[in-house]
Amino acid sequence: MIQPAATGYRKDSESETVLRADDLSKRFAANGPGVLKSVSITVGGGDTYAVVGPSGCGKSTLLYLLCGLLHPDAGTVRYRGEPIVRPHPEIAVVLQDFGLLPWKTVQDNVALGLKIRGVPRRERRQKAREMLRILGLAGTEDRYPSQLSGGEQQRVAIARALVGDPGLLLLDEPFSSLDAITRERLQHYLLEIWNRFRVPYVLVTHSVEEAVFLGKKVLVLAGRPAAIVEVMENPGFGDPSYRDKKTFHAMARALRRALDRAARGE
Amino acid sequence: MRFVRYVAALAAIVLIWWILSALFGGGNILPDPVQAFSAFGASLGTPMFWNHLAASSGRVLLSMALAWAAAFPLGIVMGSSRKVDAWLAPFVFVTYPVPKIVLLPVVLLLFGLGNLSKVLLISLILGYQVLVAVRDGVANLNPRYLDSVRSLGAGRLDLFREVLVPAALPHGFTALRLGTGTSVAVLFFVESFATTRGLGYLIMDAWGRLDYRDMFVGILGMSLLGAALFEAVNGLEHVLCRWRRARIR
Ligand SMILES: Nc1ncnc2c1ncn2[C@@H]1O[C@H](COP(=O)(O)OP(=O)(O)O)[C@@H](O)[C@H]1O
Ligand SMILES: [Mg+2]
Repeated sequence: MIQPAATGYRKDSESETVLRADDLSKRFAANGPGVLKSVSITVGGGDTYAVVGPSGCGKSTLLYLLCGLLHPDAGTVRYRGEPIVRPHPEIAVVLQDFGLLPWKTVQDNVALGLKIRGVPRRERRQKAREMLRILGLAGTEDRYPSQLSGGEQQRVAIARALVGDPGLLLLDEPFSSLDAITRERLQHYLLEIWNRFRVPYVLVTHSVEEAVFLGKKVLVLAGRPAAIVEVMENPGFGDPSYRDKKTFHAMARALRRALDRAARGE
Repeated sequence: MRFVRYVAALAAIVLIWWILSALFGGGNILPDPVQAFSAFGASLGTPMFWNHLAASSGRVLLSMALAWAAAFPLGIVMGSSRKVDAWLAPFVFVTYPVPKIVLLPVVLLLFGLGNLSKVLLISLILGYQVLVAVRDGVANLNPRYLDSVRSLGAGRLDLFREVLVPAALPHGFTALRLGTGTSVAVLFFVESFATTRGLGYLIMDAWGRLDYRDMFVGILGMSLLGAALFEAVNGLEHVLCRWRRARIR
């Protein structure tokens, strides 16, 4: 599905710290309930993180803090040592819905980040086309998002994220509005992309299977205010046939138990 | 099929017209369609008609442009900025129910009897409709669209150009299209006095002279002007909002 690229991609050494968030706390109203409390996360060059938690626990809030769309009340976010106070050009975000603009063609959606950065029209179009080709979306360039299936739309959103040569990818439940079959396909697709580009990512999800399939490390976010209550290493990650393995199911069971413990407040 | 339905509708209208003109004075007071259209056809060859049409179209087009230029950006700003909206919304919604047409004497006092007053009154009425439609449309835009573009590093100007303007366009065009009817109605009203140019003047003057054929030339002219404006706005929307026509293939 994914075509070979002509361009070379930055590869981080596995040990290098890409993103470091320390003790993030957030509440929306001055005397409202806390949403996040003391959340810390360190993303290395070879890492992929899956953050799992029930709906409404603060996953999107965490992702918004990591990319600088929101500011924490306490704590800091640093990308390669640089404090994040606003969106950083090397951090790309994929949202669940509404990520693509309905009034732009697929090609113009993919090229939008480059346009905002001032890349000349010819160059950004060429890059967008190239990325669409690599991601198996050739032929959709001049369509509008409404003319694509939900799965194709999310692939375009991923293309848009990758075209700017990001150093970190943040994904907010990117597949949760898709049907089960398409969702599984796109999970494989993301894994293929990761194997090819090796861009570290943080993916938040409320799906146990998705977390186990896509996270080298799986974090459990729970409580009110939410904190990271469990960090699980997932050594089977990276194998496209992981889903069929016993170790996958064992890992999913362990994660479910962790979520149950968290729900009971242990 | 669509064409057939339109022809059928036109035929029905002509038929009703015919019956009415026969009932009221047998064509002497209300000209029948043949008389009216032949008078209209004949007037197309006179500079008099084109002068009136040019005056009317000029006024209404200028009014529409003015209304759009003022109301479209203001609607976007109100719809997208809570702070601005908090101050301006009460002002807009207190004055919104006031029928702006009753302000005509005030507008005439302030801006004189000439074209300026006529244009201002039409723009005021049309502008309100565009303003409210655009403001509501932008306010209902899902904020995730803005977040997603902001995450690409967009500044205020980028958000305006890439998100707010295109999101507002269909709302603005809907209001403008519906407003063409109102605009021509107000045009007729403001042209019925203090001017000797315009289709509204032509109608009222012919009426006063008991020249019912000329009167119908004016009425047909204004109807066609309204229809042409409606279609022009449709066409503009067609070109500027291409994504609205995109269908799943
Ligand atoms: N902009 C906001 N203003 C006020 N409350 C918010 C805002 N965004 C999120 N919240 C609240 O914060 C909590 C966590 O929301 P969110 O991060 O969207 O959860 P999740 O993504 O895990 O479903 C929810 O209770 C939600 O109502
Ligand atoms: Mg969420």
